[in-house]
Amino acid sequence: MSIIDVLVEPLQYDFMVRALLVTVIAAVVCALLSCWLVLVGWSLMGDAVSHAVLPGVVLAYIMGAPFAIGALVFGVLAVVLIGVVRGTSRVKEDAAIGIVFTTLFALGLVLVSVTPSQTDLSHIIFGNILGVSSTDLWQIAILAAVAFAALILKRRDLTLYAFDPTHARAIGLSPRVLGSLLLGLLAVVSVVALQVVGVVLVVALLIIPGATAYLLTDRFSRMLWIAPLISSLCSVVGIYLSYWLDAASGGLVVVVQGAAFALVYLLSPRHGLLGRWRTARRGARVGH
Amino acid sequence: MADAPALEVDAVTVRYGDVTALDDCSLTLTRGRVHGLIGMNGSGKSTLFKAVMSAVRPQSGTVRVDGEDPARARARSAIAYVPQSEDVDWDFPLSVRDVVMMGRYGSMGPMRRPRAADHAAVDAALARVELADLAGRQIGRLSGGQRKRAFVARGLAQGASLLLLDEPFAGVDKRSERTIVALLRELADEGRTLLVSTHDLHALPQLADDAILLLRRTLFHGSVTEALRPENLTRAFGMDLGDTRQDDSGGAA
Ligand SMILES: Nc1ncnc2c1ncn2[C@@H]1O[C@H](COP(=O)(O)OP(=O)(O)O)[C@@H](O)[C@H]1O
Ligand SMILES: [Mg+2]
Repeated sequence: MSIIDVLVEPLQYDFMVRALLVTVIAAVVCALLSCWLVLVGWSLMGDAVSHAVLPGVVLAYIMGAPFAIGALVFGVLAVVLIGVVRGTSRVKEDAAIGIVFTTLFALGLVLVSVTPSQTDLSHIIFGNILGVSSTDLWQIAILAAVAFAALILKRRDLTLYAFDPTHARAIGLSPRVLGSLLLGLLAVVSVVALQVVGVVLVVALLIIPGATAYLLTDRFSRMLWIAPLISSLCSVVGIYLSYWLDAASGGLVVVVQGAAFALVYLLSPRHGLLGRWRTARRGARVGH
Repeated sequence: MADAPALEVDAVTVRYGDVTALDDCSLTLTRGRVHGLIGMNGSGKSTLFKAVMSAVRPQSGTVRVDGEDPARARARSAIAYVPQSEDVDWDFPLSVRDVVMMGRYGSMGPMRRPRAADHAAVDAALARVELADLAGRQIGRLSGGQRKRAFVARGLAQGASLLLLDEPFAGVDKRSERTIVALLRELADEGRTLLVSTHDLHALPQLADDAILLLRRTLFHGSVTEALRPENLTRAFGMDLGDTRQDDSGGAA
C-alpha cells in the first residue's frame, strides 16, 4: 500500500472527513488559547475549568440547550467557587482548585449516570471524534470561530495582561475584564475540545501546544503561528493512527502531541536540552 | 489642575489579612522632582505603589493624582509603573520593542495596531534610554540596568507625567546605576514627577530632591541630607544602623 493510499483511503468515509475537520478546528483554537494559558501560569486553571464544565454540558443536554451555555455557566461557577474558597479560608489556591473541579466533575459523572441515553454522554467524557454528526460539526465550528476571532482581535491586550497586569491598569485597561475574557474563552474552547478528546483530555490540548511553541521561539507573535500549526498536524496524525491502528482517537491525538513536545524539549535549538547543553559547553570553552 | 500636587496619599491603610502593610500613610509629592522612597524590606514601599495603581484596595484613605481620581489619571496614561524585578517574568517571549510599544496601548484603537506615530514614539523612547541597538532582544537577555531602562522607556512612550519606580537599582551595577540616575534627573527637569523606592542610600544624594522615610507610614519627608541623619535612619531601619547596607545581590546579568 502506498503512502497516498494510507492518506486517502480513510477520506472515503464521511465520518473520517468530519473527524479530521473537527480535530483541526479544535486543535487550532485550543493551541491559540494555550499560548496565553502557559504564560499566565493557568495550566491548573485550564485543567479545572475543562473538567468543571461537565455538569453544565450534561444539564444543557437534558434541557436541550446549546452545550456552550451550560459549559460557560459551570466554567464561571468553578472560577468563582475557587476564588471564594481561597479568599475566605486558609485553604491555598491549588487545593481550592482541586476541591472545586473534582467535585463538579464528579457531579457531572453522577448526572451522566442517571440520564437516559448514556451512550451519547459517555462520549463527552472520553471523546467520540469518529461519531461527530454534521449538527455537532456546525456547533463546534461556530463556537471555535467566535473564540478564534476574540483571541485574534484582543491578542495584544491579552498578551499585555499575561505579561504585566499592573501596566494594563496603568494605562486604563481593566485586568479583571481581560482575565475574565480569558476564562470565558477557556470555558467555550473546552466545549470545542471535549468533542474531540473528551473532558478528561481537554487540558492536554490546552497546555501542550503552547508549551511546545514556547520552547521554539522568543517571540510571542510567532508562538501564535507555531502552536496551531504543530497542534493541528499532530492531531491529524493522531486521527490517522487511530484509523489504521483501530485505537482510541482522543488518546492518540494527545499521545502524538506529547511526543512532539518531547522531541522539541530534547532538540529545540535554543531552549531544548540539546541546545542548552551546547550553549553551556561553548560557554565553558570560552571561559578557559 | 495645574497647581494640584502630582500625587496625594491621604491616610491610606492597607492590610493583607493580619498583616498591616500601610497604616494611616500620608504623602504629598510636588511636581518636577525626584522623590526617594526609603524603607527596609517589608516597610510597605511596593504596597504604596500598588495602592496608587489601585492594584490593592486600601481599607481606608484616598489617593489623588494631579488632583483627580487616579482612575481618571490612568485613563489618560498619566501614570507609569516600573515594577520591581521579581515581579517580572523575564522569560516572557517579548522583545524590548514589544514591551515599550505596550506603553502606547492606552492611546491606540481597540486592536492596538501601531501606527506611524506609535512607532516614532517608541523609537524616540528607546533612543532616549540608549537601547535603540537592543530593541530586537528578548527582554530577559538584557543586563539588570538595561532591563530597568526598557521599562522606563515604556513609561516615556506612554507619555506619563508621574513615574513610579520600585527598586530600580536592585541587581544593577554601579555604572548602570549612574546612567539611570542621570536619566531620571533629566526626566524630573522636564517637569515629570518621579517616586523612586530604594534601599541604596549611597545613590540618594545624586538622585533625589527630597526623601521619604517609610515604615508602614511616612516617618519623615524632607531634604535628603536630613533624612540620612542617623537618628532618622534608626527610626526607619530599626536600631541596627549596620542594616543600611545596600542590596548588592547581583551585578549585570
Ligand atoms: N500579597 C501579599 N499578601 C500578604 N502579605 C503581603 C503581600 N504583599 C506584601 N505583603 C506584606 O506586606 C508588608 C509590606 O510589603 P511590601 O509592600 O512588599 O514592602 P517593601 O516593598 O517595602 O519590601 C510585608 O510585611 C509583606 O510581607
Ligand atoms: Mg518591594
